[in-house]
Amino acid sequence: MNDMRLTERAVDTNQLKITARDVQVFYGDNHAIKDVTVDIQDKTVTAFIGPSGCGKSTFLRCLNRMNDTIDICRVEGKILLDDEDIYDKRVDPVQLRAKVGMVFQKPNPFPKSIYDNVAYGPKIHGLARSKTELDEIVETSLRRAALWDEVKDRLTAPGTGLSGGQQQRLCIARAVATSPEVLLMDEPCSALDPIATAQVEELIDDLRSRFSVVIVTHSMQQAARVSQKTAFFHLGNLVEFDDTTKIFTNPEDPRTESYITGRIG
Amino acid sequence: MPVIWILTLILVFSIIGFFLGRARAMTSAGGDMRSLHSLPSYYGYNSALFLAVPSLILLGLWLILQPIYIESRISSLLPETAISEDTTRSLVMSDVRRVAEGLDVAVDQGAMTADEARNIRTEFVDVRERLGSVGVALGSEVDAPILNAAQQYRELSSTMNIVMTVLVLALGAAGLTFSYVRTDKDFRARNVVESVIKGLLILASTIAILTTVGIVFSMLFETRNFFTQYNWVEFFFGTVWDPSFSGRGGLSEFGLIPLLWGTLYISFIALSVAVPIGLFAAIYMSEYASPRMRSFAKPVIEVLAGIPTIVYGLFALITVGPFLRDFIAEPMGLGSSSSSVMTAGLVMGIMLIPFVSSLSDDIINAVPQAMRDGSFGLGATHSETIRQVVIPAALPGIVGAILLATSRAIGETMIVVLGAGAAAKLDLNPFEAMTTVTVKIVSQLTGDTDFSSPETLVAFALGLTLFVMTLGLNVLALYIVRKYREQYE
Repeated sequence: MNDMRLTERAVDTNQLKITARDVQVFYGDNHAIKDVTVDIQDKTVTAFIGPSGCGKSTFLRCLNRMNDTIDICRVEGKILLDDEDIYDKRVDPVQLRAKVGMVFQKPNPFPKSIYDNVAYGPKIHGLARSKTELDEIVETSLRRAALWDEVKDRLTAPGTGLSGGQQQRLCIARAVATSPEVLLMDEPCSALDPIATAQVEELIDDLRSRFSVVIVTHSMQQAARVSQKTAFFHLGNLVEFDDTTKIFTNPEDPRTESYITGRIG
Repeated sequence: MPVIWILTLILVFSIIGFFLGRARAMTSAGGDMRSLHSLPSYYGYNSALFLAVPSLILLGLWLILQPIYIESRISSLLPETAISEDTTRSLVMSDVRRVAEGLDVAVDQGAMTADEARNIRTEFVDVRERLGSVGVALGSEVDAPILNAAQQYRELSSTMNIVMTVLVLALGAAGLTFSYVRTDKDFRARNVVESVIKGLLILASTIAILTTVGIVFSMLFETRNFFTQYNWVEFFFGTVWDPSFSGRGGLSEFGLIPLLWGTLYISFIALSVAVPIGLFAAIYMSEYASPRMRSFAKPVIEVLAGIPTIVYGLFALITVGPFLRDFIAEPMGLGSSSSSVMTAGLVMGIMLIPFVSSLSDDIINAVPQAMRDGSFGLGATHSETIRQVVIPAALPGIVGAILLATSRAIGETMIVVLGAGAAAKLDLNPFEAMTTVTVKIVSQLTGDTDFSSPETLVAFALGLTLFVMTLGLNVLALYIVRKYREQYE
């Protein structure tokens, strides 16, 4: 574990963004998530780690109700975003997803130009009053995703023509453009090479200044590098949730220690 | 020997060759399959293929070339005098063939001995009556040169048949021997079988291509004949379609414009029905419907594609036509004909729905779920996602589906005959009877027709025009698909 570089950045704020209480998720008869209780703070990077199939992605997808698109999936318990139950009947999942953006495991740019990819969210939600404003949003989002310099001369080129790392940053720019309050990232670097990964990680650290970021990752090094808080999932249970430094240096649960030292996983 | 027997023999020997080849390979490997280059059955296939393929090719070629050869031989033997004033050599030849076949039938039925058939003379026997008694009716008395030619025809065919049988079987035996001798444990039978299979596949596609080329050429020649008899400017730009058949006399006018107008008008109406309904049905089925609903609705919609077009035609004639006339056309003062462009167009549109919906449905389903997730993740609604992400991604395929439907619409005949009538007219009123290119092709070629008059030949010019139109559409489709492919992948 010598290669693990722990970030000693202090958490800027202690304001809670998302509170999850006793969340259960069922896929048909399969009880995928059991009694998960977690507090996600604003302007913080929270990492979900754990072996494959432990439910971390499933739980992440509960936070913006992406699981609604799967017919057999059922969610119980309470998830509050700014003290508002997101599974309440009055909440419009579509509005919720605008507030809780998502970046997926595989880069999935739309079959549109780079410009239109980024402008997609703002156009749908009417965030820009004029073409100039939209141009500005696109530029800031691309800058924030550290992609502007690479694509500013070819904004009309198809987004699908970029390299893998560029595509993923385009997807991040696309998510950022809707000005979400929380950004969920589902293994955003698993399809990228080390250089692109480093770029995306740097980006995640930047994004922390504006929103709360939740990242699911298989790489413990990555969790250690980018997050302030880490949650360890195992077999659908949340085993341990604490400051990243604590989880990686002095875990309380023996299962966490085994996973981090590579004995289970 | 009849061809069916030769085929059976080849088949039987191939099966025997299979076992021979396999057995020899196994022996050469000392009974151990592992020391063979290929699996034992490949050696068997190798032997069977070497026996069957060359002999079948020879048989096929022979069967095509033999009649041509015999025809030309006998035809050159026919004396000039046998061809009377009012007939042609080819007509006399067909008499010869008929008599020869008649003699065959007579021999088969035992009404004549083989010797008799070979030696009878018109001077002694009434050939027409003898053949009539076995059920072969001849148009006229058989005169000596024709009977003589028919007898030679029979003789030549039977000699050629024997030669063919011997050659084909010999070639098969040679192929088997060749492959049998080559078979040993190091022989790469698997690779040989592989290349033979590749050859068969190439052959299949070549046949398809050659047929297309053949169709185009036959139309081209006939069209050229037509344009030697009729001015092409008047054909392409004439606005009157008024063929006169030989009985009535007078000059015919073949203006393409009214037919083309009818074709395009009806196709346009059909597509304005089929494309929106088909596309929306496809979107519902692939995006909103539950799997159970989908598994029920899709086959039901596809049933529409299985209904014969003549049934659609009846529906147009009996139900849709009178309905439109009574409830729309007459109250609005637009005409009193139950055959109308609107009738044919509506019914054809219904027929085309499954073409559009089924293909579009498959294509929309092929759009990766990641695209939809990305859009949902940004807070887009379902219909926004479909409109802005799914449809653009599926566009090349959807355009392809629409153009396929267009080609069908342009080529449709039965619905038009029954729904829109057969009157070639240039009119804007959709409740007026009009007709299309395909209907006129049919009407020019049915009935008593002389295949060298412009009245008939015009059908080929029309056919070629249609062909060029659909070809143009296909090229356009390819162009559109390729253009958007580049942009979207």
